[in-house]
Amino acid sequence: MSGPARRLCSARIGGRWFGLPVERVQEVLRPSEVTPVPQAPAGVAGLLNLRGQIVEALDPRVPLGLAATADPRACMHVVLRGPDGPLSLLADEVGDVIEVPEEEAEPLPPTMDEPARRLFSAAARGRDGLLPVFDVDRLIEAGSGRRR
Amino acid sequence: MSDAGFDEVVHEFVAEAGEILARLESGLVALERSPEDAELLAGIFRGFHTLKGNSGFLGFARIQETAHAAEALLSLFRDRRARPDAAATSALLEAVDRVRALVAPVASGGAEAAIDVTPLTRRLAELAGAPAAAAEAADAPSEKAEPPAPADGTVRVDVDLLDRLMNWVGELVLARNQLLQQVSTSGDGPGQRAAHQVSTITSRLQEGIMKARLRPVGQLLQRFRRVVRDLAVACGKKARLEVSGEGTELDRAILEAISEPLTHLLRNAVDHGLEPEEERLRRGKPAEGRIRISARQESGHVVIDVEDDGAGVDVPKVRERALRLGRIDAERAAGMSAAETLNLIFERGLSTSDAVTRVSGRGVGMDVVKTQVERVGGTLELRNAPGHGLTLRIRIPLTLAILPALIVSARGGRFALPQGSLVELIRPGEGAGVERIHDAPVYRLRDRLLPLLDLGALLGLAGESSAASTIVVLKAGEEPFGLLVDGVHDTEEVVVKSLSPRLRELDLYAGAAILGDARIALILDVAGLARRARLKTEGGAAASAPRSVPAVPASRPLLLLKGGDDGRMAIDLAGVERLEVFPPEAIERVGGREVAQYRGGILPLVRVAEALPERRARRRAGPAGEPGPVPVVVHRQGDALVGLVVEGILDILDEPAGAERPSSRPGVLRCVVARGRVTELLDVGRLMEAGS
Repeated sequence: MSGPARRLCSARIGGRWFGLPVERVQEVLRPSEVTPVPQAPAGVAGLLNLRGQIVEALDPRVPLGLAATADPRACMHVVLRGPDGPLSLLADEVGDVIEVPEEEAEPLPPTMDEPARRLFSAAARGRDGLLPVFDVDRLIEAGSGRRR
Repeated sequence: MSDAGFDEVVHEFVAEAGEILARLESGLVALERSPEDAELLAGIFRGFHTLKGNSGFLGFARIQETAHAAEALLSLFRDRRARPDAAATSALLEAVDRVRALVAPVASGGAEAAIDVTPLTRRLAELAGAPAAAAEAADAPSEKAEPPAPADGTVRVDVDLLDRLMNWVGELVLARNQLLQQVSTSGDGPGQRAAHQVSTITSRLQEGIMKARLRPVGQLLQRFRRVVRDLAVACGKKARLEVSGEGTELDRAILEAISEPLTHLLRNAVDHGLEPEEERLRRGKPAEGRIRISARQESGHVVIDVEDDGAGVDVPKVRERALRLGRIDAERAAGMSAAETLNLIFERGLSTSDAVTRVSGRGVGMDVVKTQVERVGGTLELRNAPGHGLTLRIRIPLTLAILPALIVSARGGRFALPQGSLVELIRPGEGAGVERIHDAPVYRLRDRLLPLLDLGALLGLAGESSAASTIVVLKAGEEPFGLLVDGVHDTEEVVVKSLSPRLRELDLYAGAAILGDARIALILDVAGLARRARLKTEGGAAASAPRSVPAVPASRPLLLLKGGDDGRMAIDLAGVERLEVFPPEAIERVGGREVAQYRGGILPLVRVAEALPERRARRRAGPAGEPGPVPVVVHRQGDALVGLVVEGILDILDEPAGAERPSSRPGVLRCVVARGRVTELLDVGRLMEAGS
């Protein structure tokens, strides 16, 4: 259906580019100190001090089935608007905001693995190929090891 | 609509009405129980009278009529022409509710609600036994000039302003911490002095603001008397509410947040927990059910207990229901302990009530209550005594913002410990003094055994703990324990931030702190640590290892003893004060009883072996065949201490659920199987009597 274009923030994680709905992105931060939380679920990389507010940093590699980030302190932070407040997503690189007209949003390729599929809401055709677009709420749930 | 002056009067009216209505509510409930209390009655009368006057002045006719009708009924009581009974009280309470509803839209719209009050005023008039007109006439002569309520030196402050003040102070503290750090390294004399002054003033300001936000929990608890009363009436049961610890203060925001969960818990207690009158009588309980709410502060938390003396939770029934609903499979059900099964009631829809009652509805979620409590950073625990009642414990961290904390390090990580839980610091030389009981490290501190936790190991941090560890002695509840850390740094006042519920579930961290250098240190949850040290904290029995479900077993910790003839006995750890070892010469005989001098007093002694006549004990012989040192368990029963002379002290463990046999032997409560051996659980109270 035609309609307003979707604007996506692009981020490179583990060698691939992904999209995030821009309305869920609060800001992007440079690499910062991340304090680990011992015994926390694997997807929780640690805590971040965001202007006096403590924000959880999630490592999206874990729900994606990849090995956890070796050094969270070297990563960029995409600060998302989560259901309970801001949350940071670790990324290797943050790219441009791209605009994808609604018609060009595509369903996910059937070749994508089942657990990972649940993390995405759609795919967008970006400059360099298909860009899986994260479903932010599901990603947060998976990354933080929330059980329901 | 109205000019500014009128607006302000209206706002005053609304605020004052709210206060009066709250007082009326608790007053009416109290009056029902003590109808002779003239002063109480006068206060209630005054309340309605003031409402009538104020609302009349502002033209709120319905409020005025309702208050007037209530007054008429009350004057009957005041003139002793009738006594306040349940019907009258219910009607008057309804009047309170009605006025509340009428007042509700006033603040925003300037007009009272469009509710028809005629049925209510008519009912009140009927109860007053006189037609409305006559009641009005009777009212006139009894109107006196009521003295104004005494001023109490307080002001009302907009809560938003308080919230903002709180935030600003938080930021000020952060900035102050950074300033102090900068100044201490720069060695700037006058700068340092000024910085320290700023620091002192900041601390005072912070204390003041935090205090301003505190409200005594009693306000809330008093309202619950009415809730319980109404619930009891609705359920056709008899119940009363006892309240203690009303002076305990809580941050305003938290008070608001727990009001709903507490109401739910009360509803559950009256509706599901308390048995109907006949059943209670049959079980030998008093006809009137008792619900007790108590509040107290403990190591950085406010602990609120809701306890009922009803039937408790029927654990097998919960298991059955969970199986039937497909929540667990048969295999899992078989392997679950009583404690784990009990925790199932925190899952949605697992209330064991089959009837949808008018009051509670189906399974009005314990899961909802738990979520609400966790949302403010609190925890909810259960202690079940089937047949005797249920206790629910809400534990909420005290004011959110600022905490004096001791910074410690373990294997490279830095953590904060609330100063309030700190007892002392010990540097054992090279591990001397660290002993083991069944592989658990303990430290002998002035003849007391302190369980130890290695922080680095507990958190699974990489590396080895340093040989030069320090023991931080902490206390959460009654028994202290020791935390082994690599290093102890300074104390800092840290700004506390709460963690997400999933991180709180780990039962390790109470929050996160931003330190003076803007880095983050996790604040350790002392109560959670204590649980791991296998101690009795006031929150219930200890879990021996962190589990993914924050289960708090309802079992109690026991002290395992060697009985005579190599038998096994145990006593409830709750009453145990200390484990002592007396030299044989310390035991004296006075008037046919054995006593010992202990801590400036005289400690009566009871030889457990002899109090249980069937067991013949051999005196423990020392190397020369003489009686050797005597192990004594110092036990507290109320205000008195008594020393229980035992054969030997073995261990501390949780009372196992499962195989149990009541014992017919006097002095023994029941037998349990512990560590693979049949163990008698002693009734200390009886032993003490037997020994005297």
